[in-house]
Amino acid sequence: MDFAIDYILIPFIKIFIVFNVVAGVVALLTLAERKVAAWIQVRLGPMRVGPYGILQPLADGLKLMLKEDIVPAGADKWIFTLAPVISLVPAFIVFAVIPFGPADGFTILGHKISYFITDLNIGVLYVLSISSVGIIGIILGGWASNSKYPLLGALRSAAQMVSYEVPLGFSIIGVLILAGSLSLVKIVEAQKAAGFWYVFLQPVGFILFFACGIAETNRAPFDLPEAESELVAGFHTEYSGFRFSLYFLAEYASMIVVSCMAVTLFWGGWLRPFPNVHAFDFLDAFPLAPLVWFAAKVVVFIYAYLWFRWTWPRYRYDQLMKVGWQWLLPLAMANVIVTAVLVLLLKG
Amino acid sequence: MSTKEEQTLFDASEITVSMGPQHPSTHGVLQVKLKLDGERVIDAECVIGYLHRGVEKLGEAQTYGQFVPTLDRMDYIAAVSNCLGYCEAVEKLLSVTAPPRAQYIRVIMTELNRITSHLLWLGTHAIDLGAVTVFLYCFREREEILKIFENYCGARLTTHMFRIGGTQYEIYDGFQDQVRVFVKDFPKKVDEYETLLTENRIWIGRTRGVGVISAKDAIDMGLTGPSLRGSGVEWDIRKAKPYAAYSDFEFDIPAGEAGDTYDRYMVRLEEMRQSARIISQAVEKIPDGPLMAKMSKIIKPPIGDIYHSIESPKGELGYYIVSDGSTQAYRARVRPPSFVNLQSLKRMVAGHMVADVVAIIGTLDIVLGEIDR
Repeated sequence: MDFAIDYILIPFIKIFIVFNVVAGVVALLTLAERKVAAWIQVRLGPMRVGPYGILQPLADGLKLMLKEDIVPAGADKWIFTLAPVISLVPAFIVFAVIPFGPADGFTILGHKISYFITDLNIGVLYVLSISSVGIIGIILGGWASNSKYPLLGALRSAAQMVSYEVPLGFSIIGVLILAGSLSLVKIVEAQKAAGFWYVFLQPVGFILFFACGIAETNRAPFDLPEAESELVAGFHTEYSGFRFSLYFLAEYASMIVVSCMAVTLFWGGWLRPFPNVHAFDFLDAFPLAPLVWFAAKVVVFIYAYLWFRWTWPRYRYDQLMKVGWQWLLPLAMANVIVTAVLVLLLKG
Repeated sequence: MSTKEEQTLFDASEITVSMGPQHPSTHGVLQVKLKLDGERVIDAECVIGYLHRGVEKLGEAQTYGQFVPTLDRMDYIAAVSNCLGYCEAVEKLLSVTAPPRAQYIRVIMTELNRITSHLLWLGTHAIDLGAVTVFLYCFREREEILKIFENYCGARLTTHMFRIGGTQYEIYDGFQDQVRVFVKDFPKKVDEYETLLTENRIWIGRTRGVGVISAKDAIDMGLTGPSLRGSGVEWDIRKAKPYAAYSDFEFDIPAGEAGDTYDRYMVRLEEMRQSARIISQAVEKIPDGPLMAKMSKIIKPPIGDIYHSIESPKGELGYYIVSDGSTQAYRARVRPPSFVNLQSLKRMVAGHMVADVVAIIGTLDIVLGEIDR
């Protein structure tokens, strides 16, 4: 009985909660995007639906669901339907390994409950591989649309994925060397043991990771696959209604994933500032403190995402490639080597 | 793509993409047929005429006075300039000069309109390159000017601001203060736009060396306005052949060097500052006097023809009017700057990427209403 509860019931409840919270946050994020954009652009943003437009995501979702479902003539219907789902699902299942809090969470009726769904010993690899699958949805969507702008958008995203996946992987290796583990929980615990968030030991790695993360999620200034000014809407030009909203949700969920990863790997996950200084213990002395710290850090990164999008112009395709291969990749490799040598010297 | 047999990804070396006439970045109903090799543009062909309304023919069917509001619909971004050019052309034909007070009001309004036109250009150009926020900053200032227009004549966009022989309306109470406040703050606002763009690495990367045209080529193709001055040719009709009251004011003609998109951007930004300078001079010394020249109510120019051109925000806006002595023009021909500037597009985009096409369309600052007429 205990086995059933510990390994079936509790994970199910956790998955249910995480899925719904993430979906809710994504919805709020669409509102946040519009609100932050509005504040940056000296206007108010949505104000009509609910107080301060707080219910706007509901109205948007309802509108998109009620829209006519259009599949363009000549489109590959099967792939066209499947592509947004392929894009969305990986963005959500990545959350299975994101540690929102420590393993020793709290106890209910004798059952220990941790703050994450599972602690995979290859968590980092899992996140990297699963989140890359999402881009296949974009490529397929662009290809299946039987239209030229989506095709160009899809080709761009394929190229972008290839060029930015590599430095993204390299940028993490520094952290892995320091932590000595691929488990996301262990990485955060290693940061606690070290007394530092890894961003202070790996500043270059962090900047590279976040830059590549933005590119991986197709956000400005690397939003070439959708580049509305030249490609109309890029890969999702032909998508409308609920299918479009699936792409939209996938993009925002991926943003949260990258932010969560940045927080976990570089910003001490659920740890409060100065995790080893006992004078600051009061910072943890409230219920669900790890979750609050985690969420607060994620919000900062989400804001950075929005901030970049609404202030910077967009890179051009060839410049994007140049930045990826000429700057990010060599820097990431140099970072790995320097970290490895330093660790060897200091520990050896 | 995948379902067409004759064009698959692997054997097609080039694809043809029809950009427009329904496209967010062609600034209206311009269609550009692009031949692409991957993302690189091999050839571009402009298709125009989607907005043709027969404006020139209307000029033959309407009396001189009736034709003026129609012209506002040509370059609807800079309606005041259209109006000024035509009114002055007919005045020349009639051998009438507008009184100094009217001339000053004309200069202020035209320069305000130049600022709105450049603001709209800056905003849309920045959107084309992905910087969305600049657009709303520009519209914030543009709104102030449109409010001045609305207070003055009741309309914001298609203003019908002037009449042949002068202006109809007296300036309203508080006009000078409102304009003064605006031109005092405006240069700071331009600095604000610059903080977002001028030294931004991405912006420089997207505009430097894009759409380069040499001074000689620019002159050969008949480019005028900021598109010409970006190549380093200091040709501005306000200085070269002063009209209205422009000879009374001090202002500089900004010019670029490289003739690329970045230089044209800098030229237009500086032009906005210079316009503010002209306005601040003009508003301080508006002379007293009548608004309309003494002339008969029915406009019947003597037989003859006239070509008169002014510096519209886009370039040289010329009117060629042939009079047969009746109340209607025998021929009313417009030389629209956008139309002439657009022909350089093909040369500018060759060899660039798709993303540069929208940058170059943006940098030419075209208005399709004026191209198609």
